[in-house]
Amino acid sequence: MLAFLIRRVFQAVIVMLTVAFISFSLFRFVGDPISTMVGQDATIADRQAMARELGLDQPFIVQFWRFIAKAVQGEFGISYRVGRPVMDLIQERLPATLELAFCAAIFALVFGIFFGVYTALRRDSWLTKVVMTVSLIGVSLPTFLIGIGLIYLFSVELKWLPSFGRGETVKIGGWTTGFLTESGLKSLILPTITLGLFQMTLIMRLVRSEMLEVLRTDYIKFARARGLSDRAVHFGHALKNTLIPVITIMGIKLGALVAFAIITETVFQWPGVGFLFISSVQSVDVPMMASYLLLVALFFVIVNLTVDLAYFAVDPRLRISAVATRG
Amino acid sequence: MGDALLEVKDLVVEFKTRRGALRAVDGVSFALKPGEVLGLVGESGAGKSLTGAAVIGLLEPPGHIAAGSVTLGGERIDTLPREAMRKVRGKRIGMVFQDPLTSLNPLYTVGEQLTETIRTHLPVNQAEARQRAIDLLNDVGIPAASRRLDSYPHEFSGGMRQRVVIALALAAEPEVVIADEPTTALDVSVQAQIISVLKNLCTEKGTAVILVTHDMGVIAETADRVAVMYAGRIVEIGPVRDVIKQPVHPYTMGLMGSIPDPQGGAERLVQIPGAMPRLNAIPVGCAFNPRCQMAIDRCRVERPTMRRIGATDVACHVAGPAETTP
Amino acid sequence: MTDQPVLARPTLRQRLADFWDSDIAWSFRHTPLAIIAALVVLLIFTAALIGPWLAPQNPFDPGSLNLMDGKTPPMTPNAFTSNSFLLGTDDQGRDIFSTILYGSRVSIFVGFAAVSLALAIGVTLGLLAGYRGGWVDSLIMRIADIQLTFPSILVALMIFGLFKGLFPVGSHNDLAVPVLVIAIGLSDWPQYARTVRSVTMVERNKDYVSAARIIGQHPVRIMARHVLPNVLGPVLVIGTLGLALAIIAEATLSYLGVGVPPTQPSLGTLIRVGQEYVASGEWWILLFPSLTLLSLALSVNILGDWLRDALNPRLR
Repeated sequence: MLAFLIRRVFQAVIVMLTVAFISFSLFRFVGDPISTMVGQDATIADRQAMARELGLDQPFIVQFWRFIAKAVQGEFGISYRVGRPVMDLIQERLPATLELAFCAAIFALVFGIFFGVYTALRRDSWLTKVVMTVSLIGVSLPTFLIGIGLIYLFSVELKWLPSFGRGETVKIGGWTTGFLTESGLKSLILPTITLGLFQMTLIMRLVRSEMLEVLRTDYIKFARARGLSDRAVHFGHALKNTLIPVITIMGIKLGALVAFAIITETVFQWPGVGFLFISSVQSVDVPMMASYLLLVALFFVIVNLTVDLAYFAVDPRLRISAVATRG
Repeated sequence: MGDALLEVKDLVVEFKTRRGALRAVDGVSFALKPGEVLGLVGESGAGKSLTGAAVIGLLEPPGHIAAGSVTLGGERIDTLPREAMRKVRGKRIGMVFQDPLTSLNPLYTVGEQLTETIRTHLPVNQAEARQRAIDLLNDVGIPAASRRLDSYPHEFSGGMRQRVVIALALAAEPEVVIADEPTTALDVSVQAQIISVLKNLCTEKGTAVILVTHDMGVIAETADRVAVMYAGRIVEIGPVRDVIKQPVHPYTMGLMGSIPDPQGGAERLVQIPGAMPRLNAIPVGCAFNPRCQMAIDRCRVERPTMRRIGATDVACHVAGPAETTP
Repeated sequence: MTDQPVLARPTLRQRLADFWDSDIAWSFRHTPLAIIAALVVLLIFTAALIGPWLAPQNPFDPGSLNLMDGKTPPMTPNAFTSNSFLLGTDDQGRDIFSTILYGSRVSIFVGFAAVSLALAIGVTLGLLAGYRGGWVDSLIMRIADIQLTFPSILVALMIFGLFKGLFPVGSHNDLAVPVLVIAIGLSDWPQYARTVRSVTMVERNKDYVSAARIIGQHPVRIMARHVLPNVLGPVLVIGTLGLALAIIAEATLSYLGVGVPPTQPSLGTLIRVGQEYVASGEWWILLFPSLTLLSLALSVNILGDWLRDALNPRLR
């Protein structure tokens, strides 16, 4: 087990280094950092001084090393567009994104697993047909259209829920939260559905197909042959076996929420990091782009490691021979 | 057959497909006395496993019982509602599957799966169920049963797992156990052990067994009676000694030819030309007629019915009393 | 195998009859949803293809526009010019029907081009990884794994941002479409590579492929003759589903304002523009492009879903 974990952590580090390398290459080769810092009409001497100051005269590998060392301390440079430290900007906006992603994840998980199990067990019921059809539409519906549709229905027509922003927020330490005010919670509803719906349909379809697969296995047939109740067979035996392979993929899907939040945040003008990122792509704000990439990578790596740990908690086979069974 | 525990009559199992229904089991009838071991033999695809699944009510759609009846202790069970049939499974009819590696849920300990089964069928508390589980594991010959109870299936070898499967099938002391190829997936070296565990336990508890297999050797050692299936039909059924020593149906003769007799070394092995027909192309008349060297015109037109020849019942127009083909 | 009797070549008629009777054609005929989806796809594709000849006006030629026609509701004569438009007009007086025809063209083109690119890269690398194995396989699959960690929309955004940084500002509009194609295509290849690789590995170890290898056939020939045909089915399925994803990705990027420029709008751009008029009541500017995008993506998805079920009967 320890060997397996070490391997996973090692892989995570490789991923982070790769992403850091890409981020750094962005920094170094896209655009012209010196011109950006000192202006187009600086003298050659000025430029050289700036290059020395930024360490750009050093060999590539040294620069990369410095970049990493700084990144680990949370220093990502100054945003070209706003002129403030990137880290400050991200810190301000991260709570908005994380709260939204968290709500969407819960929403996607609860409904995704519920409908997945239901449609697998009641294959021929009318509700299954409805849910499957709606889910197909859900997969085909671009996130932004869902958001626009919801805004139209619940904000423009019914005027029940706000169409943009986070509502009132409360500041606790460095964290601004929308969980504590009515307008904050109301503002969360539509973005949560928008962000979660796509993942929900994916999780639902995944759970459904995995569950159908499990229901065909011998041990389920044997459980039936032993005369266990449908409840015991479906929820005691089938569901647990279904969720194991589903966990990994769900981890990745839920990790994707942070990135997909870009779209939702744009639709609802949600003041999160995704919104920040889109602005930085439009204006080629390289430090901002690079640090967002690193941030998202870090998030994914953490989610994936958590998923690996969750595996140990549920699958007894791994606890014994972790490395042998998973390549 | 008034003393029959389980009686299967004219059982037909069909699969609905887009090109019409495929008959996988066609008019199978047999009876099982309490404590009797009935072997069900035939090539793969002969319908023997499906017959077993039909009896315990576990046919997978689109397979379904299209005609016939299954009676257990005088009560018809093929028409029972779902929930009532569930209570029959495990409690009155147990089942052992082919592959012990996949028959057990990998996520639950052996003990969990045993106590769960026991408590489903018997009015006992957790502690009693656990004790009973330990006894069962002892019965099937698992050493240090009380300790092994908390092990997961993957910590057992294939043979040991099949012992666990047998313990599970017998957990509620059913009247009938259907063993579907219980040794096929096992190492040759442990096959005999598993068969003797199954046989001894069932004799001890008076459980009747339907032993589905393609292994005539296993049948010869274990069964009291044997039914030979071909293309979804029973072609010959009778006491195991008679069927093996004096097969009457040409197909059975061929089948017996495929196990060498250690005593009669001089007899040459008979081979049946051709292969079993596919379900969508079963010949008219006797299903075996295209491969049969004894076939006459009648065999190609009229389906033979069962008739008693010596101690066995045979579905053949031609076969006569015990004379082996040269 | 060698002394088989020479069979008469089947006639076209026979072939068509065989195809009509094949499982896949049968399944198609018995899946009304698939038939409807195919018709919708056909309709939208045809409309987009002949769009410029079908459209009442060229909405992006300022000369053909009349500002007075602006914001005309669908099928209602305009208050000033009494011109009537099937699906109404936007604030510039552009006929929505025409913008949709032109927009679908861009969306479908980008979708197809992106899928083709992803297919080309994915199939090549997948075959290579599956056939060669060893470090080639590890390298390709590691890269695919890392990329798959990130949602493709993010990868596409990054690639898009990169190009924007690398090329001078003036060329951005001209390069928008190719850059979109590259961004979406590059972000999608790993799933093709993975599928192709796993099929290749299965085929590679089959006896007839080993035999071909032993008698010294060239690997490229082996792949083309023996491996590729087996890869085709799964690739067709993910390719179809991938087309829907690519169309959605393009619409999303354009909606986010990083895709095609407003002078050459796709459905996503039209929706982005239309959203501004929702609150003020001009619903048609948003609704019709959205419906087009939805029915296009949905139909392609239904076809892909059906194809997967039809080619994989076990799941039916």
